[in-house]
Amino acid sequence: MSTILIIEQLLNGLQFGVMLFLMAAGLTLIFGVMGLINLAHGSLYMIGAFCAAAAAGLTGSFALGLVAALAGAAIAGVLVELIVIRRLYDKDHLDQVLATFALILIFSEGTRWIFGSFPLFLDIPAALSGPVALPGGIQYPAYRLALIVAGLIVAAGLFLLISRTRIGIQIRAGENDREMIAALGVDIDRLYTFVFALGAALAGLAGALVGAIQSVQVGMGEPVLILAFVVIVIGGIGSVKGALIGAVLVGLTDTLGKIFLPQLFALFMDPAAANQTGASLASMSIYVLMALVLIWRPTGLFGARA
Amino acid sequence: MKFAKTLALTAALGALASGAAAEMKIGMITTLSGGGAGLGIDVRDGFMLAIEQSGRDDIEVVIEDDQRKPDIAVQLADKMVQSEKVDVLTGIIWSNLAMAVVPAVTAQGKFYLSPNAGPSALAGKGCHPNYFNVSWQNDAFNEAAGTWASENGIGKVFLMAPNYPAGKDMIAGFKRFFKGDVTEEVYTKLGQTDYAAEIAQIKASEADLVYYFLPGGMGISFMKQYAGSGAEKSVMGPAFSFDQGILGAIGEAALGVKNTSHWSKDLDAPGNADFVASFQEKYGRLPSLYAAQGFDTGLLLASAAGKADVADADAFRAALKEADFQSVRGDFAFGANNHPIQNIYMREVVKEGDVVTNKVLGVAATDHTDAYGGDCKM
Repeated sequence: MSTILIIEQLLNGLQFGVMLFLMAAGLTLIFGVMGLINLAHGSLYMIGAFCAAAAAGLTGSFALGLVAALAGAAIAGVLVELIVIRRLYDKDHLDQVLATFALILIFSEGTRWIFGSFPLFLDIPAALSGPVALPGGIQYPAYRLALIVAGLIVAAGLFLLISRTRIGIQIRAGENDREMIAALGVDIDRLYTFVFALGAALAGLAGALVGAIQSVQVGMGEPVLILAFVVIVIGGIGSVKGALIGAVLVGLTDTLGKIFLPQLFALFMDPAAANQTGASLASMSIYVLMALVLIWRPTGLFGARA
Repeated sequence: MKFAKTLALTAALGALASGAAAEMKIGMITTLSGGGAGLGIDVRDGFMLAIEQSGRDDIEVVIEDDQRKPDIAVQLADKMVQSEKVDVLTGIIWSNLAMAVVPAVTAQGKFYLSPNAGPSALAGKGCHPNYFNVSWQNDAFNEAAGTWASENGIGKVFLMAPNYPAGKDMIAGFKRFFKGDVTEEVYTKLGQTDYAAEIAQIKASEADLVYYFLPGGMGISFMKQYAGSGAEKSVMGPAFSFDQGILGAIGEAALGVKNTSHWSKDLDAPGNADFVASFQEKYGRLPSLYAAQGFDTGLLLASAAGKADVADADAFRAALKEADFQSVRGDFAFGANNHPIQNIYMREVVKEGDVVTNKVLGVAATDHTDAYGGDCKM
């Protein structure tokens, strides 16, 4: 086990974590501010990836693809909020889950109808293809490094938005007391639409960024959605800081568990059995992490509400 | 007048009834949504093309989507047997779904033709006279690849496959005839999309070659990430990791990769060129090996339907077993355990104009048959 391999896996875990953060940030804001469980968040991720693949395919520019992903997902978010979600704020969580689950089916079938069932081609920009040499002789894919940087920049921007701007004050106030900020004359409908569009755009961005190294296909959002829920439960519902720390924790646990658990078991078991046990335990590791965090802090790491 | 009308009605009903007796109903359960949808759609389109070209209008096909979920496949199979009253089932892509469905439907006296997926359990002890595999036993392509790797002086390999029955069969198949060393053997999650951790392991490994089985979206993700990682080991795999649907999404990153298959669109077999042309004309894309398997399954079914009535199970079984159809793979026959005896070819990924596709290099195994037939008692 070389140090280089360990550092590389730490970077992989971090990269996975910051991409999860982009998904989880929108989810936790929407839940925190509006009290809405949005299962269709994974569909917005998929829409972002498809918009990016379509735009990049037409224009040949990855940057334009990213713009299309942000715009496409935000527009889809606004439409969904205006047409469907707005009617669900007063309903209980079961109704919200049912309606947003229906949205998943509509978006998936709609995307299949437009783009077909075969995966789309979206490649990383030529400037970022190939590895870069990091200090210590580590060869790391340039694109993944760019993902880490991009994710951290978005995270910093989001913190500034929430802590330094007027709209951020309204968002924080909305989390604490919805009725009161409406009474103070803030246009709550517009605030909700903005938060939903922001969350959707972040999910779309994540979809486009990740789609370039994975495959752009129908149903790509749902596995990520489950992980994003784990992240916001660990981080504390409604907390963007919690989402960031939760996402990095989940990313590192998942990546390191997958690699090191089988090797750990191989120390005292035969290789085939160690592989089997290690792989099974690794796929549980993030849920074990979630359970431990919840035992220690039932509201999540930074959660205020029970 | 009234009498005449009744008579006409009776005659019409009689005609309808006799027509219905000759009809055959097929239930197709396949994956039409989610990450594996491309595979199911290719099988379905190939199968329907063969039925259409056979000109038989007495074959009715009911198609349902299993979403790659074993529980849904089982429900669909129950529905097809109990309420749709189908005679023959087909269509399943994934070995874990096949294991959940096939033993139950053959035990109820229905026929099952596998257009994809050949778990070892159903080729050996779990074989059944009503179960016909028209594709391959899971180990097949990998046995040929293992032999080829040994013959071409490859000493150390890194093996990787998803953790489900087919993944384990594929790896076992490769190891069966491979004489070198296996440095690592990694099992990933079925449906995994990020392979950064495994790629770092590959880079740190001492192996000369990475041999992997990752069908559908999994293969696309892995190959794209591998190409940008700075890893320089050459890769190889069974055709499922490099089929036409995958190559379109990976692009040039796959050029030069070798893979084993029983079929290729440039294979010189009678009827293959016509199949490729008619598939392309009808669906507007190149056929994959899944489409070829679906097509062959349709041809087999039509050939058996022309010889025997499905109501006479023994005669129909014998007609299936004859495999009296011209496979687009060339020679095709069933072994004692109803699994194929066929050639396995080595292919290479090349660029033809703007299209990245496969080209046959040569035969990797002649009249290949599976290793489990000896355990099959029927």
